[in-house]
Amino acid sequence: MSELSDGWEMVIGLEVHVELATKSKLFCGCSNSFGDQPNTNVCPTCLGLPGSLPVVNAQAVQYAMTLGRAIGCTVSPSVFARKNYFYPDMPKDYQTTQYDQPTNEDGSLELPDGTVIGIERAHIEEDTGKSTHLGGGGRIHDATATLVDYNRAGVPLVEVVTRPELTSADEARAYVAELRDILIATGVSDARMEEGSMRVDANVSVRPTGDAELRTRCEIKNINSLRSLGRAINYEARRHVALYEAGEAPSQETRHWDEDGGRSTSGRSKEDADDYRYFACPDLPPLAPTPAELAAIDEAMPVLPGRRRSALASAAGVSMAETSLAVERGLDTFALDAIAAGGQGISVMKHVDQNLADGVGVMTAESFAALVALEADGALSATQVKTVLYEMVASGGQPADIAASMGFEAMDNSELESLLDQLIADNPDEWARFAEGDSKVQGFFVGQIMKATQGKADGKIVNQLMSAKAKA
Amino acid sequence: MSTPTAIEIAAQVRSGSQSATAALESSLSDIAERDRELHSFLHLTEDRARAQAAAVDAVVAAGNDPGPLAGVPIALKDNMCTRGAPTTCSSKMLEGWKPPYDATVVSRLEAAGALVVGKTNLDEFAMGSSTENSAFGPTRNPHDPSRVPGGSSGGSAAAVGAGLVPVSLGSDTGGSIRQPASLCGVVGVKPTYGAVSRYGLIAFASSLDQIGPFATTVGDAALVLDAISGHDPLDATSIPAAIPTVSSALTNGVAGKRIGIIDELMGEGIDEDVLRQTELAAEAFRSAGATVERVSIPATIYGLAAYYLIAPAEASSNLARYDGVRYGARVDGGNVEAMNIATRTAGFGDEVKRRIMLGTYALSSGYYDAYYGKAQRVRSLIAAEFATAYEQFDLLLSPTSPSTAFELGAKSDPMALYMCDVCTIPSNLVGHPAMSVPFGSGDDGLPIGVQILAPMLHEPAMFAAAAVLEAAQKGSS
Ligand SMILES: [Zn+2]
Repeated sequence: MSELSDGWEMVIGLEVHVELATKSKLFCGCSNSFGDQPNTNVCPTCLGLPGSLPVVNAQAVQYAMTLGRAIGCTVSPSVFARKNYFYPDMPKDYQTTQYDQPTNEDGSLELPDGTVIGIERAHIEEDTGKSTHLGGGGRIHDATATLVDYNRAGVPLVEVVTRPELTSADEARAYVAELRDILIATGVSDARMEEGSMRVDANVSVRPTGDAELRTRCEIKNINSLRSLGRAINYEARRHVALYEAGEAPSQETRHWDEDGGRSTSGRSKEDADDYRYFACPDLPPLAPTPAELAAIDEAMPVLPGRRRSALASAAGVSMAETSLAVERGLDTFALDAIAAGGQGISVMKHVDQNLADGVGVMTAESFAALVALEADGALSATQVKTVLYEMVASGGQPADIAASMGFEAMDNSELESLLDQLIADNPDEWARFAEGDSKVQGFFVGQIMKATQGKADGKIVNQLMSAKAKA
Repeated sequence: MSTPTAIEIAAQVRSGSQSATAALESSLSDIAERDRELHSFLHLTEDRARAQAAAVDAVVAAGNDPGPLAGVPIALKDNMCTRGAPTTCSSKMLEGWKPPYDATVVSRLEAAGALVVGKTNLDEFAMGSSTENSAFGPTRNPHDPSRVPGGSSGGSAAAVGAGLVPVSLGSDTGGSIRQPASLCGVVGVKPTYGAVSRYGLIAFASSLDQIGPFATTVGDAALVLDAISGHDPLDATSIPAAIPTVSSALTNGVAGKRIGIIDELMGEGIDEDVLRQTELAAEAFRSAGATVERVSIPATIYGLAAYYLIAPAEASSNLARYDGVRYGARVDGGNVEAMNIATRTAGFGDEVKRRIMLGTYALSSGYYDAYYGKAQRVRSLIAAEFATAYEQFDLLLSPTSPSTAFELGAKSDPMALYMCDVCTIPSNLVGHPAMSVPFGSGDDGLPIGVQILAPMLHEPAMFAAAAVLEAAQKGSS
């Protein structure tokens, strides 16, 4: 659904920086961990001391190639390049990254609804340190002092860059969620947006619907959650439309998302952008993955969320989108096993989505399938099924045994019918009102039967019996 | 000069006939006495050297092996990191900075029993050919103090030339070991790129920089090179294979070897006496059984131009980190950017600024292809031509420096100084080993070196040829 006024469409490209889950940094042995005392995970190399040299972390390269293969990229021999600019939290005053020969190129990622998003590249680079600007406006140019923590300097990143193919904030959110699921599934990153181990920059522009040309884009930074991503994109696109409709045009710039204010503010203009003077880093040999290394990566590749969703969708008889939650919770294998054991697909999916948010505990797929069957037979009420389910999750066991031990034997209808007849005899006025169509008293009868049966009765069946008797 | 060689000192210390401490004190007193005039040292590391000497003596006393360089005093160019001791690159930018770690070569030298006595003068950040570009004053040539020692490793060359230490280390980016070796009358070696770790060598131009030894004899140079070469996991450009030792190859001679004299380096711009000594070296090779012929490597004439784009380009990036934020000089400026500018304006000398600007320009968008890109293509072309030459020849021969040592202040035009490296630059561009060996003197009585060049990792053949020239010199003197 478009968030824009008629006649306009969004063009969105995303740049996602992913921190790799390596033990050590990209070019030195320092620990890659979040939240330690400032400037404790540092050494001559990641502080850029004179004479220090980088040595690439093989695990980081392997993770980067794993991600590349997971998103369908061509993994090629690659070259580290230096991106030269001055900034105090960048110890060498250049960032070691990849430029014209990245590790991963030309991939794609399929969203749960089937949309395919093109990926331009996924290259390896080092992170910078973290600056805290004190005084002034909190920006580097007017700060009275700047504190720098170099613990993050040299942490391995992969920057995943999409083609400008996303068309809505929802799609952007779905893309980031899907990428996050892949990162977690492959173990390449813990992908926590709130801790900054996954950072999203959005390039947003708008154009008249159906136009082919790309208009001026703005890059939105400081997006810390999926919710912010959606809000920031919609805000920015509307801002562009408003400018065009007023006969103006946005200027190409970097903008910062202000989550509290719900708006983006102008950052640096791209027109006076630095010339980064990229060149191949002479301290690092090119990376040349061998066919054997790539084969080993493919061999170790887990089944990815997309494949898991489609497998579950076809087994359960539901749509791909309806399997997202199960796959995200890692319960798809359990659900598939339960379906294979005879559990009805839609019921299995209902419980997985609604009742198993905290996992399946010690419950087996077979016993879960048996429970779903008891529910389908009407042998247990919905409330009873839930109670039994939680008991199975906590302590295991078979649903029939648990139901029996809780006194949940299914009641046959004749028993219910005689109970109902007795109630009608005891409460003739109320029954007359019900028979005349006053549905308010229905709850009274159901409640009384539940009380008499200690909740064993199935409310649905009581309702059916009452309707039948009233019509008779 | 009666100064003992490193081989002699090590033999005495290993046998117990002289203590490492005595060898050290002798060197330190020579330095105290004679370096006031030369200024080859910027700082001494006496405490560290004395502790190391005592340790070596203790190893000897215990009957254990103190290493091949036991008790040998050695000086290091002041662009190699020494833990806790000043490492300045002869720049105000790093004045007072003490690295928290040792360069790999320092660890290896000490593991071999050597005594690091001090840090020597250089052109600021190794940029120059005369050691006049030092922020702490020039070094003088031990053969004539009115003249330069060459550069940029002028301090290390002069210290050995003056006999203050038997051996030293320099770094060679475009000739910074070989040219001062020639001017100071000592042996100077630029090894194969990647044979010696650069970890802890403060970078000038990373793809060209290589550490190597100065010595008074070919044998001493071999002893030091064997101690410092070999793979280092801390340097990703270090060759991950065994590096052939050279000490064992010194007596191999050149009989049957084919040696080519590089045509393009035997003409214009090279002094007559230098050409004469190079031809005499060729004669010495012929007498020892080698065939010597002229060979044309036409692209060498573009080496200088390519070098002065590639080296400054890398330097502009390598020297960006001197921004006043973390270490070294800082000049306040109101905000971070102004502080960066004020620090770099005050901290760097003119030649360093000139090369940073040159390199920044060469890498700029719109100019990259015409300058840096084209220079890299020239580099590939030179490598291809050298490869072709080495199909016909085992080794190559050329002058090292176009002239003998010149007067301080004689070459105030940067271009005139850049020309000093015309013979030495090609080896850096292609990563091959090359060394300068003293071979007689010029019409002014000052030393002249000739350069022997070899293919990648062919140091043993190069040293064997150097030993032939050294023997021919002894025979003629
Ligand atoms: Zn580190």
